[in-house]
Amino acid sequence: MPELARTSPSRAAPPPPPRAPGSGEILRTLFATPRSALLTIGSVVLVVWAIPGLLRFFIFDAVWSASDGGPCRAPAAGACWAFVAHKLPYFTYGSYPLHEHWRVNLVFGIGAMLVAWLLTPKAAWRRLGAGLFFALYPMLAFVLLWGAPGLGLPRVGTDLWGGILVTFVVAAFGIVVSLPLGIVLALGRRARLPALRLVSIAFIEFMRGVPMIAVLFMASTMLPLFIPERLAPDRLVPPLIGVALFASAYMAEVVRGGLQALPKGQSEAAKALGLRFWSMQRLVILPQALRLVIPAIVNTFIGLFKDTTLVATVGVFDFLRSVDSARLDPNWAGPTITPTAYSFAALFYFVCSSGMSRYSLFLERRLSR
Amino acid sequence: MADTSQRFADAGAVEIAGLNKWYGDFHVLRDIDLVVGRGERIVICGPSGSGKSTLIRCINGLEEHQQGRIVVDGIELTRDLAAIENVRRHVGMVFQHFNLFSHLTVLENCTLAPIHVRKLPKGEAEDLARQYLERVRIADQAHKYPAQLSGGEQQRVAIARALCMSPSIMLFDEPTSALDPEMVKEVLDTIIGLAEEGMTMLCVTHEMGFARQVANRVIFMDGGEIIEINRPDSFFSAPRHERTKLFLDRILR
Repeated sequence: MPELARTSPSRAAPPPPPRAPGSGEILRTLFATPRSALLTIGSVVLVVWAIPGLLRFFIFDAVWSASDGGPCRAPAAGACWAFVAHKLPYFTYGSYPLHEHWRVNLVFGIGAMLVAWLLTPKAAWRRLGAGLFFALYPMLAFVLLWGAPGLGLPRVGTDLWGGILVTFVVAAFGIVVSLPLGIVLALGRRARLPALRLVSIAFIEFMRGVPMIAVLFMASTMLPLFIPERLAPDRLVPPLIGVALFASAYMAEVVRGGLQALPKGQSEAAKALGLRFWSMQRLVILPQALRLVIPAIVNTFIGLFKDTTLVATVGVFDFLRSVDSARLDPNWAGPTITPTAYSFAALFYFVCSSGMSRYSLFLERRLSR
Repeated sequence: MADTSQRFADAGAVEIAGLNKWYGDFHVLRDIDLVVGRGERIVICGPSGSGKSTLIRCINGLEEHQQGRIVVDGIELTRDLAAIENVRRHVGMVFQHFNLFSHLTVLENCTLAPIHVRKLPKGEAEDLARQYLERVRIADQAHKYPAQLSGGEQQRVAIARALCMSPSIMLFDEPTSALDPEMVKEVLDTIIGLAEEGMTMLCVTHEMGFARQVANRVIFMDGGEIIEINRPDSFFSAPRHERTKLFLDRILR
């Protein structure tokens, strides 16, 4: 048919039904060659061998309630969850005075509400929520946790803070500081002013070139040299700042990646419309650049969250350190205490980190229209 | 003291004198002299790398020039950021690749600069934007995102976005080069409509039919120089310069 001119319109046909692989097909794939057959059998054996033991230890043989370590020392006893339950206040508040725990709970509760507000897409008044979270909430949290004797809140020194409280304070401070500071550093690194560029590059490369523990040691030994003596001797503030600055350097590189991935036409169009530098960044460049690097930003947040465990090296009682010291309590001493304690710590970090990771996936899916 | 804007009030919309520009060692614009009158429509053509895009990008300060004078609407472009920003408020630009802001809807693309540069209230900016979107016949798509539009539609939105700043001069940098052939006409018709209303415009394009229809003068550039400036009828029927003839032979066939 060398020539053709259609006379009748073609009709759109429905697509054929999707083809699901049959069980025979799956089996054929799993046993396609001797080697894949061996791998299949090996994997099944491994799972069958490992799962029952884990289930027995963590669930069936676990000790769920006990008032001391006695039941956990029984020969066949599994994980000692009673120990975790008993120590939970210590894991959460450290040595924060018992009758002041409500202050910490209030800070956690308000924080959780604000975070939920901010992280819900299309929530009403998100701008107000952001203002409360970034301006009012830190001050409120500081007053509540630190104390204000004038308001009837006795002072609680940071040497008494510990556990999840400290982990969350360090992580939240790091996250809240590192994103804006990272953005400023990233813009500085791309600035046309040589001095600005040099300062940004020097800061970023120094922080990235030094182990976090070194930054923490430097912060705790050097920061007091610059601060008036009567303000200095706090233990928590230097590592707090150290963690935030360290994370900012990594955040700066992440943000720079986003800035570089954005086509130049976007900034040209913004300039051609007469937008000034900061309006252009705020309204056109950053919303798009940050969106491009959400996975890497969340990755940095997760890294920061886990890195908070390093503050223990400068004498701050974070969550992991509390778990670590609680397992030495002679009342609970026993062979299952250490695995239980560390499993619980792992579970805690996993739940928090994967929560962040799930949220970032959700956000990406929502934004990829 | 003479007010500078007063001094140039009767001058052309764009005055370029002795303009030279280098990219590193590469001499990309050489001794450009050009005066564009108010309401005048200029088409600039030439082979790729001839400096035509660079020339119009100098007019709103997207490119810095090293020598010479550029005066736009009575404001001289210097390194002074305030002067550059002032010029950009009065000069609209349309790009080859549209450069719409992909995170904003069509309407938000159009209201962004009016709200944040002209400081119009949001409602007023939206009315203005709807009016111009109506004009480029795309008002029904106001709540879509750029990625949901065809190339021709995106370019028309880009034109509306520029018009929302009420520019006195429009620059077009190959506005139809990135479009599928069947969308070229809708964009050109929009630009022709603007031309008929007396907008001052400089347009880099290879659409010779368009040049013939709307241009007051056609400029041919090659190797960073203006080779020929001519009225469109004589530019096409009797080009004076050898290189112009060669170029026209190649593109018109």
